Amino acid sequence: MLEINKLNAQVEDKQILHDLSLNIKAGEVHAIMGPNGSGKSTLGNVLTGRDGYEVLSGDITFNGKNLLDMGIEERAREGMFLAFQYPVEIPGVSNMEFLKAAVDARRKHQGLEELSSFDFMKLARDTSKNVSLDPSFLKRGVNEGFSGGEKKRNEIMQMMLLEPSLCILDETDSGLDIDALQVVASGVNAMRNSERSFIVVTHYQRLLDFIVPDYVHVLAGGKIVKSGDKELARELEAKGYGWLEGEVA
Amino acid sequence: MSEQVSGNAQVEDLMRKDYAAGFHSAIESDTLPPGLDEDTVRFISAQKEEPEWMLEWRLKAYRAWREMAEPTWAHVHYPEIDFSSISYYSSPKSMKNRPKSLDEVDPELIATYEKLGIPLHEQAALAGVAVDAVFDSVSVVTTFREKLYEAGVIFCPISEAVHKHPELVKKYLGSVVPQKDNFYAALNSAVFSDGSFVYIPKGVRCPMELSTYFRINELNTGQFERTLIIAEEGSHVSYLEGCTAPMRDENQLHAAVVELVALDDATIKYSTVQNWYPGDKNGKGGIYNFVTKRGIAHKNARISWTQVETGSAVTWKYPSCILKGDNSVGEFYSVALTNNFQQADTGTKMIHLGKNTSSTIIAKGISAGRSNSSYRGLVRMNPGAEGARNFTQCDSLLIGDQCGAHTFPYIENRNSSAVIEHEATTSKVSDDQMFLCQQRGLDAEKAVSMIVNGFCREVFKELPMEFAVEAGKLLEVSLEGSVG
Ligand SMILES: Nc1ncnc2c1ncn2[C@@H]1O[C@H](COP(=O)(O)OP(=O)(O)OP(=O)(O)O)[C@@H](O)[C@H]1O
Ligand SMILES: [Mg+2]
Repeated sequence: MLEINKLNAQVEDKQILHDLSLNIKAGEVHAIMGPNGSGKSTLGNVLTGRDGYEVLSGDITFNGKNLLDMGIEERAREGMFLAFQYPVEIPGVSNMEFLKAAVDARRKHQGLEELSSFDFMKLARDTSKNVSLDPSFLKRGVNEGFSGGEKKRNEIMQMMLLEPSLCILDETDSGLDIDALQVVASGVNAMRNSERSFIVVTHYQRLLDFIVPDYVHVLAGGKIVKSGDKELARELEAKGYGWLEGEVA
Repeated sequence: MSEQVSGNAQVEDLMRKDYAAGFHSAIESDTLPPGLDEDTVRFISAQKEEPEWMLEWRLKAYRAWREMAEPTWAHVHYPEIDFSSISYYSSPKSMKNRPKSLDEVDPELIATYEKLGIPLHEQAALAGVAVDAVFDSVSVVTTFREKLYEAGVIFCPISEAVHKHPELVKKYLGSVVPQKDNFYAALNSAVFSDGSFVYIPKGVRCPMELSTYFRINELNTGQFERTLIIAEEGSHVSYLEGCTAPMRDENQLHAAVVELVALDDATIKYSTVQNWYPGDKNGKGGIYNFVTKRGIAHKNARISWTQVETGSAVTWKYPSCILKGDNSVGEFYSVALTNNFQQADTGTKMIHLGKNTSSTIIAKGISAGRSNSSYRGLVRMNPGAEGARNFTQCDSLLIGDQCGAHTFPYIENRNSSAVIEHEATTSKVSDDQMFLCQQRGLDAEKAVSMIVNGFCREVFKELPMEFAVEAGKLLEVSLEGSVG
């Protein structure tokens, strides 16, 4: 599904990712943890092709294709989805209009017909209920005046509608109350299947109690310093990152 | 990754658009040689077989204009206009004897309208649109006159109204925008070629949207339409004008005057979608659009101006309301988009004379490329405007970092009970917004047009339904270009 091989990447002339390699197979859930500023969001931005994030060397294969040859929207249409750590507002553009345009773009890429407005509306309403957002949120501007938790649930709603093959969740759990955390986690769990993979970036073991990962990686100083199974997350919760310092250097 | 362009460069790329309405029709026409003197005015009047009083009215305006100077206070820059190099009258040849039906109209002309998507034929009835099409200077065909006639509504070229309804024209022409009002209004009063005339009788709700399309076709001709709308007591009318002009290297002059009279309890809603040729990427060519639009609202009357301005090289335009009657209401909803080297200085004037009058101003300016867009608005509360209220909101959206947005609000409050509120914001299409859209699979072009449309939403919702869709598309075209 996704093979990252010796990736070196920089932002504004500052190298952030160093020789990072990661192999994710279809159906797997990988959790990425690590100290602030270690490069977790950077990895998400590099994978999705954000402007300003420059790949110095290394290669990335996504669903058998060379990811680095693709533009931002092409990667998205191929099934890569990023749930943002800080979702932005787009005033005046209704959530419904935005979501329909996004879903239509993905379907067109897959050779499917656009959904009729009627069918889409029904689908969107049902999905909004799945993430406990009132359907009235569909009429509001994208993230406009949403609370922090509502923004995060809106991200998950978008993910459900777009049915991506690789979902990258960047700290989707931060700022969520317990109920919202459960909503997000059960949304992700409902989407888990043998075809779809997840990269879950988090600082808290708590989320991983709900979304149980196949692998846990620790990112520090722009490289993966330790990988393990879900037990690694518990260890980190107990000990912090200090004991890994030797491995960071 | 190397082929990824930076956010702003990409957005700027999108701004390089082509002008979709830029074709020129090969229609024979009678065009007056360039230049302006009393004989020109007499010639125009004679062409239209006008009565003596109309000629005198024009001559009075011409003599006033000769003594006036071009205004220079607007935040726009352009080379001095040589008013003697402009032709002041052009009439498509086959129109000399006005056609009795569509069959008699030059097929080229009809084809031109079809390219513009103007629904001249009966299908237009479905959309509820009656079209008065002004091609260069002569009003060509007016549709649906019969249905309107049954309702008692008069909707015809103003040249025809001069003959058929002289008492109305005499009474109201120049009553809102006097001949000497300003330089361009005086020029228009002297040489106006044609335009629309609308009269809604007492208590009548006009059964359909009234609509006029203006188009400048001839080289080196100026276009000077004159529109007069009279809504009698308790009547209601919604009127839309659309404008396009072919691509030309030379600048062309457009100086229109629109007068609205809303008598007691009447409502006039006036919407404009202006798409005159803006000039090319380097700022060559394009229309100079110097327009005076003003309405007077009597007791309990309402005048609402909605405009979507995407065209013209230079725009100078301030649709205004004189709120004369107690409880009268004035509204101004505006979207002005400038790109490349376009300049727009636009806004409104709300003059509160009556008690409890209220006005709302929502102005959205979008600047891209190296363009400049200014909002200029005056809110005046006269001593008699007891309990009057105004709310003004001006928002500017910048695309790229080579463009400019400016706000010039003027407030004159001479009544201590009046309330004036003003809000202004400036924002940019942010890289974060672009990235969100693109990460969800939208291409950059779609992303920009969606963000811009969202920004304009409050104004678009004021447009009649079918024109809101048109306006949205127009913005999309105006922002269109090839993606890197
Ligand atoms: N656009 C940018 N411009 C400059 N520096 C950047 C940019 N993006 C990231 N960086 C820097 O790269 C480093 C890694 O940042 P990143 O956001 O990837 O960390 P993170 O692991 O996601 O941290 P957190 O847990 O706080 O979210 C930081 O030092 C950050 O300041
Ligand atoms: Mg982060």
